[in-house]
Amino acid sequence: MTPGTLVDILSWTLMAAGICFYLTGALGLLRFSDFYCRLHAVTKTDTLGLGFLALGLAIASGSLRAACYIFLIYLIAMASAAVNGQLLARYKLEQEQSQDDS
Amino acid sequence: MTVELLPDLVLCVLLLVVAWSALFASTRRDAMALFVAFGMIVALVWARLGAPDLALAEAAIGAGLTGVLLLRAARKLPVSSARRFDYRRHLGALTFIVVAVSGFAVSIILPSPADITANNFDSPVAAAMPDSGVSHPVTAVLLNFRAWDTFLELLVLLFAITGLRQLFPIEKESLEPARTWQLLVSWTRTLVPLLLLVGAYLLWRGSSGPGGAFQAGALLAAGCVMLRITGMLPPLHWSLFAVRGSVCAGTLLFLCTAVLTHSLGAGWLDYPEAHAGTLILMIETLATLSIAIILTLLVAGERKDLCS
Repeated sequence: MTPGTLVDILSWTLMAAGICFYLTGALGLLRFSDFYCRLHAVTKTDTLGLGFLALGLAIASGSLRAACYIFLIYLIAMASAAVNGQLLARYKLEQEQSQDDS
Repeated sequence: MTVELLPDLVLCVLLLVVAWSALFASTRRDAMALFVAFGMIVALVWARLGAPDLALAEAAIGAGLTGVLLLRAARKLPVSSARRFDYRRHLGALTFIVVAVSGFAVSIILPSPADITANNFDSPVAAAMPDSGVSHPVTAVLLNFRAWDTFLELLVLLFAITGLRQLFPIEKESLEPARTWQLLVSWTRTLVPLLLLVGAYLLWRGSSGPGGAFQAGALLAAGCVMLRITGMLPPLHWSLFAVRGSVCAGTLLFLCTAVLTHSLGAGWLDYPEAHAGTLILMIETLATLSIAIILTLLVAGERKDLCS
């Protein structure tokens, strides 16, 4: 087995794992009943899935420069997903509280 | 049949499915969300077709700013009731799709006098590239060979903002609830410098690669909208000279260039070769400023901004 095929197997395994996480996230979004559960499913699995996908792509690219780019993109995407999840949950919570008060 | 065809086919099918669902969504809010998703897929399609300029513009304007605009409008409109399923509308759309697709298929299968897949765009542009002052063909076309079109696009934006100013007085004062979450504020503080950096890079990059005034302006506008929403940017009052100046700057410079090239040089917007690069960069910079401010006002502008 050459190093090339080893790298291929590793990157494809990582990317497949990432896709599996995305699929479970989509399933959770479709099947969970509650807003917060759905949000939980999407944000968690997206972050993990994108991490695996980015790692797989970085290994497959074979250049340090491209890997650095992918890492930076991953950082921004991860941070924005986390912040967006928080903001959506807070907005929903505030709406529910104001409905309870009135 | 190659492996690369698979993601392209998936994108095509996804595009059609999302377009269909956006058109026939049961509620207005669903239709808006699906329209934003449609914009993202169109951006991906442009990227796959090798047109990163269009992909960037579509992602920033089509999916990003238009999405905010639609959601803001949705908050002011009454909640729409779920639409009844009407088979006649579907039937009409289906007929149109069948006719269009079969027409396209016929035009591909039948031997046509001019091969539509031939790339007859490159040769005249490539021949004229050395005189354009920039090294990226798309920028050369947009700001030199067909600068007239870009000028008219800026005018369209100017008309849009003028129209908005005319329409605002009939609307009641909108009171946006102040959202001063610390998380949103700190996230804006992190993101806006990045947007500024990327926007400036895209503007600079436009002369030699994908990028340019519209993409850079859209990114800067996105940053301005975030700052406006969190209240970190003071209202952009129309009475301020800086706001009015920024809105008109791109169009004015374009107009001055057109008049000067006509009276001193070869013709309307026919740049002198020696200064073409500098001129294009200046026009792009001011156009970026205009586009950024106009888009910000269109998306996040309130009555007190525009009618004071």
